[in-house]
Amino acid sequence: MSAPLSADLAQIGKSVVIKGELSGSEDLYVDGQVEGSIALKNNSLTVGPNGSVKATVEAKGVVVQGKLEGNVQASDRVELRKSAVVTGDITTQRISIEEGAYLKGKVDIQGKAADRAAGK
Amino acid sequence: MKLFRGSSGGTEAATPQLAQKLTRRSSGLGELSRIWEEDSPLCVLDLGSTSPANIRFFVERGHKIYSEDLLVASTEANLVTKDEQGNVVLDSRKFLADNLVYPAAHFDVVLCWNLPDYLDESLVRPVMGRLWSVLKPGGMLLAFFHTKDAGPDSPCYRFHIIGKDTLEMQRIVLKREARRGPTGAVHTAITDGFHLQRVFNNRHIETLFRDFASIKFFLARDNVREVLVVR
Repeated sequence: MSAPLSADLAQIGKSVVIKGELSGSEDLYVDGQVEGSIALKNNSLTVGPNGSVKATVEAKGVVVQGKLEGNVQASDRVELRKSAVVTGDITTQRISIEEGAYLKGKVDIQGKAADRAAGK
Repeated sequence: MKLFRGSSGGTEAATPQLAQKLTRRSSGLGELSRIWEEDSPLCVLDLGSTSPANIRFFVERGHKIYSEDLLVASTEANLVTKDEQGNVVLDSRKFLADNLVYPAAHFDVVLCWNLPDYLDESLVRPVMGRLWSVLKPGGMLLAFFHTKDAGPDSPCYRFHIIGKDTLEMQRIVLKREARRGPTGAVHTAITDGFHLQRVFNNRHIETLFRDFASIKFFLARDNVREVLVVR
């Protein structure tokens, strides 16, 4: 599966290995290996089916199809697709989890969504 | 105490089955639902297979949910060791170094489901001890145990909460998994779910939870005894 081509989408292919801090102001598609931290405050991270990310993640949206180990903070939403294997705590406003996804960690809904759930 | 052990064998293991979904009423869950309908946010630990339904159920009510599949974690190959008698066991220290790592008195509710019945013998007591320590005083744990009428091939289920006292049970099915071996070659293995390890009677259950403050039994019609314990 390949990521949709877009001018504002950076891609890390499946043979690429990166260790360190990643930050940027465009969406990122990771199908390779990343270890360290990823900060995309106003953009989205997609971990492709071959992707393996061992990092703390801060992004607007996070979609996981592969492996992700580390805490995730998403200001908007998190999607765990059926092939996702996630180990770490997730803090977000909205989350969707497909049947078959694996999660070891906490789900903490914060912000407007939590206020709505709490009837505030 | 171990009545049933190991694989059922035969040709069944090679025949994938469709995931059966059954609905059952749970008195223990109904009792628990009183506390999660209250206003104060709770910390809930779900020890079954990752269930989108359970996560949705709790986050919609403003609670924090932790998900950790201990049965899958217990299949890690590096846990296998030998005891002093040379018997093959699982290393409970290593297991607890990687799993159930939470601060003391962290959770209001632990959903154990049928974990004790399917977990390896060497892990049951250490895991229950750790669960006691991560529960808050007054916190509750829900577990299901098969009665003696259940057969050794009783299927292992995933549990999804679909109502305040209603569960959907989904049989854990056979599946093919591609695994990379030590030489780097990819092999296809058939994982056949989990087998009932033993049947606890009431006394065994009371002993298992002897450190807890109280224990309540609910006998269900499907050869299952529900147990709600309070730390």
